[in-house]
Amino acid sequence: MIRLKVNGIEEDVMVTSVSELLAIRGIDPGARFVAVAVNGSVIRRSEWASKPLGPGDDVEIVRPFSGG
Amino acid sequence: MTDPFIIADTALSSRLIVGTARYPNQKVMLDCLEASGAELVTASIRRISLEGYAESLVDILGGRYRLLPNTAGCVTARDAILTAELAREALETNWVKLELIGDRELLYPDVEQLVHAADELVRKGFTVLPYCNEDPVTCQKLADVGCAAVMPLGSLIGSGMGIANPTAIELICSRSPVPVVLDAGIGTASDAALAMELGCEAVMVDTAIAQSHDPRRMAAAMRAAVEAGRLARLAGRIPKRRYAESSSPQLGLVGS
Repeated sequence: MIRLKVNGIEEDVMVTSVSELLAIRGIDPGARFVAVAVNGSVIRRSEWASKPLGPGDDVEIVRPFSGG
Repeated sequence: MTDPFIIADTALSSRLIVGTARYPNQKVMLDCLEASGAELVTASIRRISLEGYAESLVDILGGRYRLLPNTAGCVTARDAILTAELAREALETNWVKLELIGDRELLYPDVEQLVHAADELVRKGFTVLPYCNEDPVTCQKLADVGCAAVMPLGSLIGSGMGIANPTAIELICSRSPVPVVLDAGIGTASDAALAMELGCEAVMVDTAIAQSHDPRRMAAAMRAAVEAGRLARLAGRIPKRRYAESSSPQLGLVGS
């Protein structure tokens, strides 16, 4: 288990990559219109499976929402 | 198109840009977007909630509109830049409506951070459309760092107060090397028409439509207003005169 901050909330998860983190949150890694940043840097979709996550990493998982 | 609206070498079919927030429900939003005739609509970028991955705005819009992501709510250049980069990744567009707020109550831009963030985003290859204050100096700085347009506010976001400083907007329009889009504070159709008459190339509206009593009708009204204002601008208005000037001839009056 590693402790990550995901969307502002600290949680302990058993994941090693961005793809795995998306999967346990019920987000299809093939889904369009999703973007991920780790420690302030955008991780491109092509790197989701390979990008490793470590303890203390700060992850943002976002999508478009209504806005003006 | 005899009067094309062009931003960053892209011709847009409508001079009315509409937001996707604050509608009573999804169906009303979709009907309003259709009634407005808009091509470009705005969206925010937000964290996916714990409740799961509900149907996304993009799916709801069904590919009918060009999406312009915003950095709404950002108060630092760093957050705005990261949000823009996430938006680019999520939506596969490098267009961004840059919002950098200096006051949470007023939602007035933080000019210093805004210009800095705009500069950096332009260097990163973004097409930047900054929401800004109605100040000719700021607008020139934003154009100088390479923004594709400038988007001065008419009045506070969501306030419906219209165009508080028409003189400033007109000055900005007369000097701006890039298109000027009036963004924020529109309350009703006449505000939108005025913006176009002052020289704005386009108008951005959200709350005035979404929160009106009959949003579909207001969307149609805004469409007509933007078209009317633009036509009037191109037609060239008469000057304002201090005294009356009779329209009927003065000769041949009965009893004269």
